[in-house]
Amino acid sequence: MPRNTLLIYLRSIALIAEKDMRIYYTKPPVLMFGFLFPLFMFLAFSLGRSADLHTLFPGLAAMFVFFVASSVGPLITPWEKRAGTYERLLSFPVTVNTLILGDVVAGMLYGIIINVIILAAGMAAFGYSVSFTEVLIIAISLVLGAFCFSALGVLLASPASTNPSNVMLLSNLVRFPLIFISGIFVPIASLQGVARVAVYCSPITYLVNSFDLGLLGSAAIPLLLGWAVLIGSSVVFVLLARTFLRRNLMKGL
Amino acid sequence: MEQERDEIIAINGLTKRFGAITAVDDISFSVPEGELFGFLGPNGAGKTTTIRMLTGILTPDAGEVSIGGIDMQKHPIAAKMQMGIIPETSNVYIELTAKQNVVLAGRFYGMHRKAVEERSDLLLQQFELSDRKDDRVEGFSKGMKQRVLIASALVHIPKVLFLDEPTSGLDVHSQRLIRAIIREMNDAGTTVFLTTHNIEEANTLCDRVGIINRGALTAIDTPERLKQAFKETQSVEVAFDTPTDIGEIERSGLVNRTEQAGDKWRFYTDDPDALAKCVFAFAERRKLSFTAFSIEGASLEDVFVTVTEGKAHAP
Repeated sequence: MPRNTLLIYLRSIALIAEKDMRIYYTKPPVLMFGFLFPLFMFLAFSLGRSADLHTLFPGLAAMFVFFVASSVGPLITPWEKRAGTYERLLSFPVTVNTLILGDVVAGMLYGIIINVIILAAGMAAFGYSVSFTEVLIIAISLVLGAFCFSALGVLLASPASTNPSNVMLLSNLVRFPLIFISGIFVPIASLQGVARVAVYCSPITYLVNSFDLGLLGSAAIPLLLGWAVLIGSSVVFVLLARTFLRRNLMKGL
Repeated sequence: MEQERDEIIAINGLTKRFGAITAVDDISFSVPEGELFGFLGPNGAGKTTTIRMLTGILTPDAGEVSIGGIDMQKHPIAAKMQMGIIPETSNVYIELTAKQNVVLAGRFYGMHRKAVEERSDLLLQQFELSDRKDDRVEGFSKGMKQRVLIASALVHIPKVLFLDEPTSGLDVHSQRLIRAIIREMNDAGTTVFLTTHNIEEANTLCDRVGIINRGALTAIDTPERLKQAFKETQSVEVAFDTPTDIGEIERSGLVNRTEQAGDKWRFYTDDPDALAKCVFAFAERRKLSFTAFSIEGASLEDVFVTVTEGKAHAP
C-alpha cells in the first residue's frame, strides 16, 4: 500500500473515531447499557453481601470493560442510517474497513478511559499490591479486551436496521448470556464439565483470567494463550463485521 | 467554435440490478471539465442509483466509472478525494455545530486545521450562517441544514461536485442562495453534476442535461437543442370570447394534438407559424374575438414528459 494511501486510511480511522467520540459517548443508550448497567450489576454483587470483593473484582472489572467497550458499536450504524448521516459518511474518502476500524477504535477508547478509572479505584479500594510487570499485564489486557469487545459491538450492528433500539436489543441478547459463562462470578478453576467448556467459548473469560493474573497473581489459563484468543477473536469479529456490513451497506438508505 | 474539453466524468456501460429489477441499464456518457450537467428523471428512474455508483457508494454490476481519469472501482479513495458530494438522503450531524460539521468534512479530505478553519468561516459567511456557526445544528431549519451540508461538500474545493436534489423541499431564499453558489462554483471551474426534479432549475442552470427513464439514458444534449429536437411540443394557445367548435382547426392537418384547459385551447404543432395563420383565418370567418393568443416553444418540461412517457427518444 502506498504511504500516502496508508496515511489517508489512518486519518479516516482517526476522524471516524473522533466523530463517534463526540457524538455517541453521551447518548442515553450508551450510558445506560455501557456504564449504568454494569455499575448496578457491580453494586448488586458487592453491597450487602459477604462476597469476597478482593477476589471478585478482577471479574467485575472485566465485565465493566466488556459492557463499556461493546456499548458504542451497536448504536452507531443504525443511528447514522436513521439520522441520514450514513450515506454522506460513505461518500467521504473512506472504505468499509476504515468505517469499521474507526468505530472499533471509538468503542475501545471508551472502554479504556472508563476502565482505567475503575481499575485505579478498585486497586486503591481493595488494596492490591501490584508490580510494574503486573501493571503492564493489566494495561495490555485492557487494550486487547477493549478492542475485542468493541469489535463485537460493531459486529452486532452490522446487520443494521435503521432502528437503534432493535440493535441494542439484539446486542443485549448476545451480551447478557456471555457474562454468565465467563468466570466472572465463579472462578474458572472451580468449574467442571460443560460449564468449563462453555467458559472457554467466551472471550470475556480470557480478560478475567488476565486480570486475575495481574491483580491476584494467579490464573487458570496461560496469559499468552489468553491474549492470543483475544486477538484472534478480534480478527474474527472484524472480518465478520466487514462481511455483514458490505452486504447490508445500503440497507435502510 | 466550441473548444474541446477533457472529460472529468466518464461512464461506460454502467449497469446495476437489484434482484430481477435493472435499476440502471448499460448507460454510457461523459461530462467535460467545467460543465454544469443536469441529470433528470422521474421517481424511480435510476438517478440516485447512478449517482451512488458515480460517487463510489454503490458498486456497479457492470461498467466503469472514472473521475478525473481515476478508475472508481480500482482506486475509490483517490477518486473520491476529487469530489464533493451531497447525497439525496443525507444530513449533517445535528449534535455538532455548523462549523464543526464543515471542519470535519474538510479534515476527511486531508485539509490542515488552520486552512480548514479559515475556509469554513468563509463558506459559512457566504451561506449567511456566520452568526450561527457555533450553534449546534439541531435547532436549524431544513434550509439552514442544507446550506451547512453544501458548505461541507465545498470546503476542500472539489474538482467535481455531485448534488442529488440539492434544493428539494427548501424555501425560496435557500433555493436561490444554493443555486447562486452552485453557479459561482461552476464559474470558478468546478464541474457540477446535478440531479433534480425541478425542470426549470435544470433549464436555467445546466449547460447540458441527460434524461434517464426506467434505467436507460433516453436523451442527452443542451436544453435548447433538446427543445428543438422535440418540435411536436411547440404549441399555439388560444381563447375566444364565445364558445365555438374548433373542429375545423383540428382538421387543418397542422395540429398534432389538442388540449383544453378551461376556456383555452392548446394546439400542438410542428409548424406554429402556419397554424397561427390558420387560427386567425378561422377567427376572421366566424367573427370571433381573441381573449388570449400565444405561441409556445417547446419547454424542457415538454421534452421531459415526452421522453419519460416513452412517446419519443431524442434524435
